[in-house]
Amino acid sequence: MSRPVRFNIHPKQPDIHDNIAIAEMPEGLQGEGYFATGLEKALTLARKNSLWPLPFATSCCGIEFMATMGSHYDLSRFGSERLGFTPRQCDLIMVMGTIAKKMAPVLRQVYLQMAEPRWVMAVGACASSGGIFDTYSVLQGIDQVIPVDVYVPGCPPRPEAILDGFIRIQELVGNESLRRRNSEHYKALLGSYGIQ
Amino acid sequence: MALTNEFIKGKLTEKFGEEVYNFEEPYEMLTFEAYKDDNLKVLQFLFDDEELKFQFLTDICAVHYPDKKGQELAVVYHLHNLVDNVRIRFKVFTDINQPDVFTATALYQSANWMERETYDFYGVNFVGHPNLKRILNVDEMDYFPMRKEFPLEDQTRIDKDDEMFGRGGSIW
Repeated sequence: MSRPVRFNIHPKQPDIHDNIAIAEMPEGLQGEGYFATGLEKALTLARKNSLWPLPFATSCCGIEFMATMGSHYDLSRFGSERLGFTPRQCDLIMVMGTIAKKMAPVLRQVYLQMAEPRWVMAVGACASSGGIFDTYSVLQGIDQVIPVDVYVPGCPPRPEAILDGFIRIQELVGNESLRRRNSEHYKALLGSYGIQ
Repeated sequence: MALTNEFIKGKLTEKFGEEVYNFEEPYEMLTFEAYKDDNLKVLQFLFDDEELKFQFLTDICAVHYPDKKGQELAVVYHLHNLVDNVRIRFKVFTDINQPDVFTATALYQSANWMERETYDFYGVNFVGHPNLKRILNVDEMDYFPMRKEFPLEDQTRIDKDDEMFGRGGSIW
């Protein structure tokens, strides 16, 4: 006999929405055999649910990321089944861990090798602000060398926090105008980092 | 005959007399000093001597003593006799305004990177070193970060509240 635990005393009816994220259908016109919606809506829907992350893991936050990718937390549920280990194919660089000042040009080079549109997530205290390493040899936050979209606090953050950060990246991707990357505002942002 | 501290000390004083001094044995490891101009002579003797055979250089490091006027920088050699498994420590002191010490690279190949590291952090100028440039820190660094006059923290930041880091002051 199975042990009486919460799950079999109060059996839960399976609901697929509890287990996997299913993308909402965008607004549009539909009839028999066709569905029409805006290009932007269709494109951002596809983009946000098939992000390819590039893990840039330098220390302990990278271990949390391994748990995030594992079966228990399973980042794949959010459309990131595959990690790309080349910047040229990836959409999202996840910087996890302490970045020494000597590493900063490497990180920047990796960012420059990514194709637009690209997003950046700073995971953990060190990548966000230098963390406890307030010292001459450590970069005090990766936003000194590349623009960051989402910061995940924690030392290290739990996998749930990394997933939350990832979902926020998805929101940004889903709401981004297709023209943003050509805008003056965006060029000025990159210009302030000396890119282009 | 076993390679005891007394024996090593006797050999050194027999060879160098008053030029080696301040013998100590902290945690039973023989430690002594010499004048900085003699450092290669002493190292060569320790290397070549039939009985001493200190032929492995474990580490070179430096120490900054800001209060020792004229002898601010100590360069410390850790030597190891691999045959008898005996270690000794050898120090030379130098003025911080003229931190010139002869390089040990001719004697120990491993001294190359160790001296670069010591230069990187303390600014000790190893005379005769084949490639004396920074090894661990960024090339653009324009100071020697382990000298006592430089605080550990990055001094260019304004967004960290010092009170949260236990050193008084506030950004507000």
